[in-house]
This record gives sequence, C-alpha cells and structure tokens, in this order.
Amino acid sequence: MSTLTVLRAGPGTSLQDGGRFGWRRQGVAVSGAMDRLALAVANALVGNPLQTAAIETTLAGATFCAGDAPVLVAAGGPGVVLSVAGRALPPGRSALAAPGDSIGLSAPISGMHGYLAVAGGFGLSPEMGSLSTHLRSGLGPAPLAAGSRLPVCGGGMTPLWLPRVPGHGAGPIRAMPGPQDDWFADEALDLLCSTDWQFDLRSDRMGRYLCGPALPPRPGSMVSDGVLPGSIQVPPSGQPVVLMRDCQTTGGYPKIATVISADLDRLAQIPAGVPFRVTAVTREVAVAAAAALARSLRDIVPRPAGGTDPARLWSENLVGGVWNARDDDATDEGATEGGNAGG
Amino acid sequence: MTAPRLLPCGDTAISVEFGTTVDLALTARVRALDLALAAAPFPGVVETVPTYRALLVHFDPLTTETAALERHLLALVDRPAPVAHSPRRWRVPVAYGGEHGADLDEMARHSGLSPAGFIAAHAAPVYTVMMIGFLPGFAYLGGLDPRLARPRRDHPRPRVPAASVSIGGAQTAIGSVEGPSGWHLIGRTPALPFLPRRDPVFLFDAGDEICFQPVSAAEWQDLATRAAAGAFVAERLA
Repeated sequence: MSTLTVLRAGPGTSLQDGGRFGWRRQGVAVSGAMDRLALAVANALVGNPLQTAAIETTLAGATFCAGDAPVLVAAGGPGVVLSVAGRALPPGRSALAAPGDSIGLSAPISGMHGYLAVAGGFGLSPEMGSLSTHLRSGLGPAPLAAGSRLPVCGGGMTPLWLPRVPGHGAGPIRAMPGPQDDWFADEALDLLCSTDWQFDLRSDRMGRYLCGPALPPRPGSMVSDGVLPGSIQVPPSGQPVVLMRDCQTTGGYPKIATVISADLDRLAQIPAGVPFRVTAVTREVAVAAAAALARSLRDIVPRPAGGTDPARLWSENLVGGVWNARDDDATDEGATEGGNAGG
Repeated sequence: MTAPRLLPCGDTAISVEFGTTVDLALTARVRALDLALAAAPFPGVVETVPTYRALLVHFDPLTTETAALERHLLALVDRPAPVAHSPRRWRVPVAYGGEHGADLDEMARHSGLSPAGFIAAHAAPVYTVMMIGFLPGFAYLGGLDPRLARPRRDHPRPRVPAASVSIGGAQTAIGSVEGPSGWHLIGRTPALPFLPRRDPVFLFDAGDEICFQPVSAAEWQDLATRAAAGAFVAERLA
C-alpha cells in the first residue's frame, strides 16, 4: 500500500464519495461529492467504481506527494488541471505518479470544486457506510491539510483517457415547485424564474445563498419538516438558500421549490458572482433529466491511453516501463497495456 | 381523519403531510405510516424521515414510478391501523444545573419555580421523540410542561456540549454532538445518544418515549465514563 501526503491544500479540502445513505431519519446528512459527475470522471480514469471516495477541493488548488509505490491518479472538475512531476496533463487523462513525484491539482478555474482520485481508492475504514467527511457531525476523516497522509490501496497502473469528458451542459437550473410554494405569493415563483441570480461568498457544503430580489414567505412560523439537497428554503428575510450535500435533514423554513437531482452537480459548480437563471419544470422533465444523467454516467468508458502525441507517449512509456519491470502480475490490465506501449 | 397531502420535493422525495401544527395525533399518524411502509416496502424507496407532521419519503425516480409510489402510500394511510406497536420507553439519567446546565437557575427564576421545583417539573412527564434532526441524534421531545417553556436565547451559543438537555420555546431536546445552539441549557445526560462505532449507533428513534431521571454530578461522571466505554447507561423500560 502506498500513501499520498498533502503538501498544500486550501480550506474545504476533504474526502468525499457518493454519500452516506440510510441514516437521515437519525439526522445524519447525506454528504458526498458536491459534483458527483466530476467525481465519477476522476474515478473512471483510474479504473475505480464511479462513487469511490476521492479528494474534493474548494476554490483553491492542492499539491500532494506520492509515497513509496507508484500510484495512478486522475482529476475531475471544471477547468481543473492535473500535473504529475511538474508536467500538466490534458483533460480526461490519468497518469502514473512515481514514488516521490509531486501531484498538483489546479484551482477549478471555471467552477468551485475539483477532485483527485487514486486507483484502488483510499485505504480508510468507512464510517456508517461512507468515507465522506461531514464536519458538523464529526463523521468521516478529518479535513485534509498540509501534512495529512492518506493510505492508498493498490489499483490499476495503466493511464486511461476519455475521448469525451462529460460536462454539465448549460441553460437555467431546473427546479420543481414545492413542497411549500403555497407559503408564497404567486409572484414569488415568477420572480424566482425570471431573475438573474448569483451566489454570494457565504456558500459552503451545507447551503448556497441566492442574491437577488427578496421572496418573503407569508408571515408565520412553519413547523419543521424534512429537507434534502436541492431544497430552496426561504427564511423570513426573503433571501433564498439552496441546500447542498451537507445540509441538515430537517428544517423550519418554507421551501418554495426543489432543484432537480440532475442539476445539483452543475449548481454546485456555479462560481459566486456568475449570474444564472432558475426555471420551473414538471416531474416528467426532472425524471427524464435524471435518466439522461444516469446514461452519461454509464457512458463514461475510458480507454487505455495511447495515440500519437510524442511527448505524452514518451512520458507514459517511461513511467509505465519503470513499474512494469517489477510487476509480477501479468494479468493486471496495467501490465498488459504498459507492455504494449513499451513495444 | 383527513387524507394527507402529497407534496413534491423535487424528483427524489415526496412529503406526506398530515397537517401543519405540532400535535401528538399528527405525529402518531406519521409514525403509523412510517411503520406501515417499513412493513410493506416499495421498490426504490431509499429511506424515510419522520417529522412532527409529515413523512419525507426519499426514493430513486429511475427505479420507482412516482405515481405508483403515491398510490402505495395512500393505500397504507387508508388501511386500518396496524397492530399497535407499543413504543420503546427509555429512562435517561440527567445531571441538572451547575456545570451541566448553565441556564437552569435563570430558567427557574423565569418560570417562577425554585430550581428543585423546575427539575421536578422537567423530570415528571413521559416525553415522546417527535423528530430527530438538526444534528445526528438530536431528539426533539414533545410533552414539556408549559410553565417551563421560554423562547430561544437572543444570542445562540456557538458550541454547547454533546448530550445537553435543553429547552427552546415549547420544546425540550436531548442533544447528541457538540454544536451551536440557541436553546437554554438545563442539564446534560451521560448517555451518548450517538456513538458512531457502537451498535446501535443511535439510542433513540422517532416515536420512542423518554423519562428523565435526575442524577448528581458525581453520578453523571461515573455513568459518563461507562458510556464512553460503550455501556448503555440509558435504561430501556419498555
């Protein structure tokens, strides 16, 4: 087993996977990657199941150091550039880091969150079914900072690439009205869907504040009920908050609408200050979008890296060759591919 | 009984809303549906969250056709009440006041009771866990003596100790992990309602009944030591 040491990381760097399900009745947040599609891309590129825990960064980049065995790494997230031993990789490619190599993840220049996946995943014990860190409840590994050392399970060694890296698409963020749209004047939903909204800087993994006109609910105190990631709750001030992956399980503010599940990843990546629209959709549209996202995830099928880029070929041959010289496991996909590339 | 409203919560959840007020009868209907659904599971249902007046049903819309799930839920509501599940009842030790309940004396003054009278009034009822939320294992209890009610603090505390027993408005609660709170702290239980590596991880569930047993600070210390080692210091009575 190798290790990955954090050399530099911004606040809000943590391990996140597909989420912690089954405990919401006990008040445990789902958590998990803010952008599950980006998590899936990074994992696919190192041959992992798509929801395997990876390192999630927020706004800033991060640097790591590979331990005493080579490790296959890949990045995900909008505009996130992976570099290994100082060499930047094109998007949609994984790379083998040799022992002692530095591994860099750039800031997500066109988004909020980046991901670094390692082949085989991290060798840590899940807590209540997940490796996701949830700060407020103390679940999952401690947030990552310079000096953190993570054990890395062995995995594939062959760099992979994706002919097409799936992205989030464009257009307004889609939401279904309810559950408490009847707590608002009719104009409120129209205003929600006709405003250029922006997120402000207070956003975190629990919720993102919408800046724009006030949408005050009718006066009165609502008895708490269940909430979920995507709930657009509106406190008496009228400033809506979209609840995100780390949100609490219950809440006492009326919820005018709920962002559909297929658009949560995209919403999580909208930078503060960038205007966007919200549009109301029917359940049929929402379910069709969920099905389309599931198809995109199924279609993430990376191929062994090859091709004609001489610089890349040179780099991969060199690194792959070093490893394959010691690899006894001929059935390992990495060994096969490395041999081909070496030939 | 009126039929519940089925409210959409995006494409992955439905809220089955029985009413809009804090009312033990509504909470009982929520619990009955939750139990009925657990006994008659529906494909694609991921988990449920019972709250005061509604049951939130999380599901996978690619496994479950929403309309079919809605029909299933309404059929369960219409069915005659299932065989009564008698709720679990717990005796929960609490050290009131002093270092464990910083606001007790002030709360007693506000209520017009002596500190001892306040403790007796708080420990007298059989409470019902109406909902668990806010933080893992944070149990909202129904049944507080109205004389003990008081609006939340103007200035929430950024951190209160784990397993604090507190009052906010007409409710009392047992906390779980350390966290922020605007509620008034009146005591602390040595029982750990939430301990991630223990089986069970959580002591209480919605619908459980809670009786408080006042203990001294010295007893609290002894029980807390045992609880940290994994012992159950909250006694199950039923």
